[in-house]
This record gives sequence, C-alpha cells and structure tokens, in this order.
Amino acid sequence: MAETRNMVVNMGPQHPATHGVLRLVLEIDGETVVGVVPHLGHLHRGLEKLAETKTYHQALTLTDRMDYVGALLNNLGYTLAVEKLLDIEDQIPARATVLRVCLCELQRIASHLLWLASHALDIGAMTVLFYTFRDRETVMDLLEDVHGARLTPSYIRVGGFPEDVPPVFFEKARAFIKDFPSRIDEYERLLTQNKIWKGRTEGIGIISVDECVQYALTGPVLRAAGVKWDLRKAQPYCGYETYDFEIPTGTVGDVYERYLVRLAEMRQSLRIAEQALDRMPDGPVMLDDTRFTPPPKQDVYEHIESLIRHFKLMSDGYKAPAGDVYMSVEASKGELGYYLVSDGTEKPWRFRVRPPCFVNLQALEPMILGRMVADVIAVIGSLDIVLGEIDR
Amino acid sequence: MTDHASIVDLLKGQVGDAVLGHQVFRRQISVTVDPDRIVEVCTACRDHEGLRFDMLTDLTAVDRLPADPRFEVVYNLYSFPHNRRLRLKASVPENGTIATVEGVWKAANWLEREVYDLFGVVFEGHPDLRRILLWDGYVGHPLRKDFPLHGIPQKVQYR
Repeated sequence: MAETRNMVVNMGPQHPATHGVLRLVLEIDGETVVGVVPHLGHLHRGLEKLAETKTYHQALTLTDRMDYVGALLNNLGYTLAVEKLLDIEDQIPARATVLRVCLCELQRIASHLLWLASHALDIGAMTVLFYTFRDRETVMDLLEDVHGARLTPSYIRVGGFPEDVPPVFFEKARAFIKDFPSRIDEYERLLTQNKIWKGRTEGIGIISVDECVQYALTGPVLRAAGVKWDLRKAQPYCGYETYDFEIPTGTVGDVYERYLVRLAEMRQSLRIAEQALDRMPDGPVMLDDTRFTPPPKQDVYEHIESLIRHFKLMSDGYKAPAGDVYMSVEASKGELGYYLVSDGTEKPWRFRVRPPCFVNLQALEPMILGRMVADVIAVIGSLDIVLGEIDR
Repeated sequence: MTDHASIVDLLKGQVGDAVLGHQVFRRQISVTVDPDRIVEVCTACRDHEGLRFDMLTDLTAVDRLPADPRFEVVYNLYSFPHNRRLRLKASVPENGTIATVEGVWKAANWLEREVYDLFGVVFEGHPDLRRILLWDGYVGHPLRKDFPLHGIPQKVQYR
C-alpha cells in the first residue's frame, strides 16, 4: 500500500477569498482540512498606539480606518465611549441621536451589501455582485451627500454632528427605503432556493451556541446559531429601545443561516431607518457645551472669540476625567467595543478596540476542521471579516 | 448601584480575599482581584448562578508606567442571563506572569496572545503563546509606554 502524507498549503495572504491580508496555513489530507494556523498582522498599523498620542477629537479619524466598510458604526462606538467618559451622554440633542440611528442603519445595509457581494463571489455567484454593488452605490451616494466621503466619514462627533444633513438626504433616503425591499427580493430569488448555493452553504461551518459563547462570537454568527441577542435590544443606546424591529435568528448556525440572518437584518435596518425618518425632530445636531464642542462654523468665520475657541479645541483638545469606560455598539459584524482609559489629560492613556472580526475569526478552526478546502472559503465569507479591523 | 454591590458581595462570597477592591465609574464596575488567583476568580464569575458571566467579551492590558506593578490585565465580562457587565483587573509587574484563563473561556486564546505580543505580559499555561500581530523574532512590545511611536528599526528575515 502506498504511503500517504498530509500536505501543508498556504491560503493567502493575497488570496481574494481571504478578504484582505490573512494567511491560513492549512494542513490537508486530500481535500479534507485537518489543521489550520491563521497568521494575522500583515496589515498591522498600530492604530491603538497612534490613538494614544492624539486628542480625543483627533483619534476619531483613526476609527474610520478599522472596519472601513462600516465606518459610521465605528465612529458611533468611539463617540459614545468618549461621551460616557465625559458624562455628557444624556445631553446629546434629540435630532442628533435620531440621525445617528438613521445613518448607522444605512451604513449597516451598505456593509451587508458588500459582504453579500464578496461572499457570493467567493462561492462563485457573480451576478449577485453586480446587483448588490448597484444598490450599495445608492447608499454610498446618499452618505456622500451627507458627509462628503465614501469610506472615511469621521462624521459622528463627540456631542452630535458637525453639520446637519442636507435637505436632499431625506427625499433620497425615503426613495431608497421604498425601493430596496424589492432589491432584497431579487437577491433572494438568485440565491435562497438556489441548489448550488444551498449545496455550498447548508450544513457548512456549523457552530453551536455553547461554542459561540466560549469563543465570544457576536453579531450575525451568534444569532444564526439561535441566540436572540443584539446589543441594540440587550443594552440599548441612542434610544434603540424605542424602535420597533425584530432580531432575526437561525437554528443551526451554518453558513446558509448566516446568509439568511444578514438578509433579514437588512430588512430590519430599513424598518429602523424609516422610523427614524418619521420621527426626526427639529433642532440642533450638536451639543452646545463650550468645554467639548466647537462653535458653529458661521461664528468661527465672524467672531474672533469663536475662532480662538475652535482652534484651541481642535489643536489642544479637552481634558477627560480620570477613569475608564467600556462602551460597545452592535456593528454589522458583531459587538464593537471601545475601552478608554483616561489619566485626566487630553489624550487617552489607553485606547482599546474590541474588534468583532478578530474575535469571530478565532472560531474559524472549529468551523472548518474536517471540512473540504472549498468550505474554508465559504466559512471565511460567512464570518464577514475585515482585516483592517482585525489587525488595527 | 445595588446591582454593583451585589456582584461584589457574591464574588467575595465565592473567592473571599481574592477581591482586593472595587470601583464604580460612570455606572460601570471594575473589581480589582488577586492576580495569583485569577483562574479561580474567573471560574467563579463564570459558574456561580448569581454571577454567570459566561462570555469573556474582551481581554486587554494597560501599561501604568511608572507605577509598580506596571501592567494591569483587564477582563471585560458579560452575563447573558443577567444582561450585565463586569470588569476585572489584575496587576502584573514588569517581568511577572499571570495564569491564562484560556481554560475558562476559549476566547482568551487570541486575546492573551495579543496582550503578550503588544505588552509582553506572559500568560502561564497558555497552550500556544506566540506573537499574533507581529512576526516571530520582533524585538519589543509596541503598546508599552516606553516603546517609541516611530518603532524600532529591525530587520525582517524573509523565509
């Protein structure tokens, strides 16, 4: 009988299906994966170190660059953490709070659309990419109208927003909300009952509830396993408890159910965004607190005192009381947390991000051991990883 | 506040003097614990019916230079049944070690590797304590306060 040996092969770091620069060292027995060692860090930019040298205001721009497909959610998590540290979280203007919810839900849809495009493409369904990018473009245009950027908005600030959204936003957002459910139906027609899609995703990458909790998995991965847990309901922020929406869950916790959960989540995000538009109050979008928030731009142009205040806030920053806070939001990938330690100065002594992708990726090994090499691609896609957030 | 007090009381009932103190800041509680008994404390946090902190949400460290002990390992816990959070803190001196909690929560595996990589805190008993973001052979721990922001130039050996 011929002697057989296991092979060790590299997947990545430049493999398109690893969604960035992730390298997996796979040990395979024929087509079966019997071992995997993930190697991270190819992108490591030291954002946490860098943030500790910047003021609380300046560090905001670094948060965009972690999960760059859901940047507004990163902005929100960081901003809420700083607001908690400054103890001004209950003073944020109502319009800013509702606007935060509306924009973040649109951002979640954009993030899920990019996920669906890349995940389907990984598995071999190319048409979906063109469909989802068409719709993602609509959301990105909408967000570009609001903050002028497509990937790095830095738009949610401590205290609210630097400027209100333009009037055209409401009209465009309503048109998108009206139109988009039919688009989700299109994706479903392409994939949900598609035999190849089901064959590639059903029963693949199963993870139990106990394992999810052990590995601290959150977001759609946890919900697909059957746990009805979403930070927007469990520990609400920005008034999410006042919105009417459901938490989609699965039962098995496989790749297929993660797909179904995310599709259902897009529908729920539309519901939330529509409710936010319906209840949008008038009023300011920025807290008027001279200690932390800059003066209105028009005043900066017209009054020397406002110009000085603006300059001092932007360059010197403001001091935060000594202490530490942890604040997390339900990002499109799961629980995105910020742990800030203040020593009483203008800069965070410790700036820690709890990245959902990093934590979720750790469960790759139990999900793929014993499966085929092609399943590795499906499982990575179903985790919705962004290496910018993993490596920071 | 009462909720916080009950957590501390329950924890003290389980691990006694391993609880060194606690602090409430912005309605969040941090409990300082004896680093030598960290596994016992974490197991109690996970298993006791009144605590049930079944998820290790996050594990990180803070460099308190020039304080001694220098490092503070921070465990952010979450309880699904009680829907509440708890932060444990354990101090570790510069060349000291702390036991791994990988046996309590598997999530600690990569998180401890990250702390080891970026701070140089050694977790005793960790099944696979290697650098995770920087390459093997890298000199220094970048999140230490005395590590320069611009890094230390060093050669990368291509293999």
